[in-house]
Amino acid sequence: MPPRTLLQADDVRRAIMRMAHELLETAPDGARFLVLGIPTRGAVLAARLAAAMSQVAGEPVAVGTLDVTLYRDDLGSQPTRPTGRTDVPADVDGATVVLVDDVLFSGRTVRAALDALTALGRPAVVRLAVLVDRGHRELPIRPDSVGRNLPSAKTERIRVRLVEVDGEDGVTIE
Amino acid sequence: MSEHLLSTRGLGRDAAVALLDIAEDMADTQQRQVKKLPTLRGTTVVNLFFEDSTRTRISFEAAAKRLSADVITFSAKGSSVSKGESLQDTAQTLQAMGADGIVIRHQASGAAEVLASSGWTRAGIVNAGDGTHEHPTQALLDAFTIRKRLHGAASRGRDLDGVAVVIVGDVLHSRVARSNVWLLTALGAAVRLVGPPTLLPGAVGGWPVTAGIDLDEAIDAGPDVVMMLRVQRERMTEAFFPSAREYAALYGLSSARAARLPERSLVMHPGPMNRGLEIAGEVADSPRSTVLEQVENGIAVRMAVLYDVLAGRRGAA
Repeated sequence: MPPRTLLQADDVRRAIMRMAHELLETAPDGARFLVLGIPTRGAVLAARLAAAMSQVAGEPVAVGTLDVTLYRDDLGSQPTRPTGRTDVPADVDGATVVLVDDVLFSGRTVRAALDALTALGRPAVVRLAVLVDRGHRELPIRPDSVGRNLPSAKTERIRVRLVEVDGEDGVTIE
Repeated sequence: MSEHLLSTRGLGRDAAVALLDIAEDMADTQQRQVKKLPTLRGTTVVNLFFEDSTRTRISFEAAAKRLSADVITFSAKGSSVSKGESLQDTAQTLQAMGADGIVIRHQASGAAEVLASSGWTRAGIVNAGDGTHEHPTQALLDAFTIRKRLHGAASRGRDLDGVAVVIVGDVLHSRVARSNVWLLTALGAAVRLVGPPTLLPGAVGGWPVTAGIDLDEAIDAGPDVVMMLRVQRERMTEAFFPSAREYAALYGLSSARAARLPERSLVMHPGPMNRGLEIAGEVADSPRSTVLEQVENGIAVRMAVLYDVLAGRRGAA
């Protein structure tokens, strides 16, 4: 079956803007935001989300990347993976950290991210923002802000495509 | 990505850069509040040292522990069993004990290779120095240190294209020199070997390097890096040079020689140093010296190597 488009570029843009509003509205009082994306596409989304939040809030929102490879629980199930760069531009202690990924599936990547975050400091609050939630969670993890819920069969493949990595925006299923 | 790390010979440019990039990520983790990573939890690493080396052993031990591996140190020095049998018996014992990785230092060239290809153990093998053959993690940490000094935070993805490196001293007995020749040239550096004719191996002609006997000439060419090798008294069974004093005069990096180097030139030494012999104390302690950075970077590089060899599924690479 050829891939079917579920979200167009415009849908992606609107979803990110809505998530930015949502995260700001539900923020704790006096929150100091630190948006951290999980490479590769989560990091791209984090940059866009932080830009949208900065625009809405009228003040700069710190953004960085958090590589979780070294904290994964499935390293031994495949050949050694390359690691990615972690770049956290602001103090994690006391921050309202927004973890960002493209697709939320088993929840294992987010679990690894929470461990990685703990090594960096003690955030006041951690939120989870994902562009697509496709279900099939294996751990008790839920997102705080979702671009689109896309219930899918486990055998289906959902792909988020972003201009910065793939040359175009969109979400497809096959 | 790799089953074992036995040598730098044959390591391609892209594989070497990828390994150095992982080392960058490992070095970054060592700036965190919590330096310990859970990555190799449940993995047992045996440091199998048939030859003394406090520095390398401690560096590997620190690297393995930072990755949460269980570390067992097996100091096999002084064993009276003949070498071949001893290595086989030891390897089979470690296999039976469930070693996932073996870091081996051995006085015989090729020992790591034998261990990896013997079938005595299924463990991932990391060569921590075998005879006068190779010492790949030392070369990797040297390359990492050069890249870091040249490019700082923008090091990732880069090689050492066009960097001029002079390696000085006892090349004949130096596995550090051999590993560096293969690695640095694979990364695009131009390597020149300088030493007394008695301490340059006969095979230099076949290596991708230039060689000479005049240190002053090499210094005045303005190299980016001057790497001093340790004079290995313990490996010398005959007289390779007339006296320590003459060696220091001809091949030592004195303050006067260092002063003739361009400002940007780095001075490296794998340690332990014979101060006053191959390198003047003042030069070793100067800002251009990378000696302590090499030690620090050694842990990140060995973390990267242990991760590369041991984290993924064995037999899948």
